[in-house]
Amino acid sequence: MGDETIKVAILGSGNIGTDLVYKLLDRPGSMELVLLAGIDPHSEGLARAHALGVVASAQGIDAVLEHPDIQIVFDATSAKAHVRHAKLLRETGRIAIDLTPAARGPYVVPPVNLRQHLDAPNVNLITCGGQATIPLVYAVSRATPVRYAEIVSTVASRSAGPGTRQNIDEFTFTTARGLEVIGGAQQGKAIIILNPAEPPILMRNTVYAIPEGDFDPAQVRDSIEAMVAEVQQYVPGYRLKNPPVFDMRDTPWGRKPVVTVLLEVEGAGHFLPPYAGNLDIMTASARRVGEVFAQHLLTRREVIA
Amino acid sequence: MNAPRLTDTTLRDGSHAMRHMFTRQHVRDIVTALDRAGVPVIEVTHGDGLAGSSLQYGFSHTPDLDLIAEAREAAERARIAALLLPGIGTRRELKAAVERGVQILRIATQCTEADISEEHFKMAKDMGLETVGFLMMSHMRSPEFLAEQAALMESYGADCVYVVDSAGAMLPHDAAARVRALKAALRVQVGFHAHNNLGLGIGNTLAALEAGADQIDGCLRGLGAGAGNAATELLAAALDRLGVNPGLDVLALMDAAEYVVAPIMPFQPFPDRDAITIGYAGVYSTFLLHAKRVGEQLGVDPRAVLIELGRRQTVAGQEDWILDVALELVRQRERTS
Repeated sequence: MGDETIKVAILGSGNIGTDLVYKLLDRPGSMELVLLAGIDPHSEGLARAHALGVVASAQGIDAVLEHPDIQIVFDATSAKAHVRHAKLLRETGRIAIDLTPAARGPYVVPPVNLRQHLDAPNVNLITCGGQATIPLVYAVSRATPVRYAEIVSTVASRSAGPGTRQNIDEFTFTTARGLEVIGGAQQGKAIIILNPAEPPILMRNTVYAIPEGDFDPAQVRDSIEAMVAEVQQYVPGYRLKNPPVFDMRDTPWGRKPVVTVLLEVEGAGHFLPPYAGNLDIMTASARRVGEVFAQHLLTRREVIA
Repeated sequence: MNAPRLTDTTLRDGSHAMRHMFTRQHVRDIVTALDRAGVPVIEVTHGDGLAGSSLQYGFSHTPDLDLIAEAREAAERARIAALLLPGIGTRRELKAAVERGVQILRIATQCTEADISEEHFKMAKDMGLETVGFLMMSHMRSPEFLAEQAALMESYGADCVYVVDSAGAMLPHDAAARVRALKAALRVQVGFHAHNNLGLGIGNTLAALEAGADQIDGCLRGLGAGAGNAATELLAAALDRLGVNPGLDVLALMDAAEYVVAPIMPFQPFPDRDAITIGYAGVYSTFLLHAKRVGEQLGVDPRAVLIELGRRQTVAGQEDWILDVALELVRQRERTS
């Protein structure tokens, strides 16, 4: 017997990395968080982790590489840094769960395709908007083929850090691609809006889907509701603002019925404030992916033993 | 007062009122008329900028890029501008638009979010374009705050930064104070873009000019979102009377408005009750037609929806919240009845 958990580390001591520390300590499951590694010795994240009893290092990826027991590494740095990290982690046999837009490995959205990639050395979490909306597009497309899906993510200005701001195009490309590859839409489009209202707004998403042909609205509605319940298991603040709306609209494919889903994501308020549902859904998804990978590794270990 | 540079945006802001139904023929006719009348810059894009064609804002009848190419071909003297909103359009569309003939790129952000435009300004400057920054919904922040955001755009490479009254919510002194603050803070030019929701499209533009604006926007017949924009032909007449006509043929612009644009307009944008509410509540002018449609579908007064959207501090591009708020109003009504 012996080890019942898998040792994991977090790279990046910014908002996302620090929130993930809280989530992994709150619900460790099959994981044991042994390290938070950043590059700024004065970062608040490192200080907080240290105070919580987690080893905190300012040596970045080197701190991870020195620690042969770490099997899963969450990367919450930047796309540019992850390109380098991905190579080093792969060479040393660690699984990378990538929260940056680097996309070195396959996209994963936990309730849709996580189990297809359990043996991948690197998986990517797409974007916050992707984690929020792709499950719903998938929910429609498993009920009826989707010609076109479009999403609008509106996030509080304060929850959009410099990374998002400098690379806003990445959000648009990556999310749209995710709607197609994972969501199952023939064509995807994504829009992001930063809203500076005070007090800050909760993360909001609108999902539009144009089905290919005739469909049963009740079946689509049931599929969406089942998916919401599934996401709620790891993101408790994920909820519809209204039952799905069906109406006729002029589209490039003629006058077609459109499914509109209005979604709100309230964060758990671990390290980040509750309005930052966009950041919460990334860390909550990462925890979920980490947990499933850890369980898979433990099963494999038992088989080998 | 100096003679300002006028950009006509009938073929961009007017796209909202036209429900994005402009055709190549419309573009050819309007560009030809504006060009002959001496308008130096003509903006052609979906109302919400490059890649704006969507369920959220309305699909384009003809792709943006085809309309831009048509405009470039039709223009002999005028230069062609396009609008880009980071978050909707990306550098991919920017590159494609330049390949199809765009010479001036106008980059618009909510007036608090200028820092999402850095990459786009850099790319546009690297491609040799003239660039203009657009601070949308400028009525929502103070002149001092706007000047800081404008300075960011200047630092990214903007050749001019506009105070944009997207909600048509400003009074003349609001417009003047904002333009003055930008003039004091920037070395580059300053512009002003009006909407006529409170009937002040021309008045606010004149106030902005008195405060030092170097560039202004107009649309023939005021064809634009909400109650429309400052009418190009009216601006030309006023500038001429002020002795600062930058070379516009006033009578030719009247003809263009009357014989080229008026016949294709689905309606004359005007400060009617719903459009006044947009200015009064301080919400994005393009919400008008969407709020009317949703209001009709759900039996809700569009004004109640617009006022609530103002209270929630919605910004440019948040058309999806119209349905959300209308559904909430329906639920409230059901609870109380």
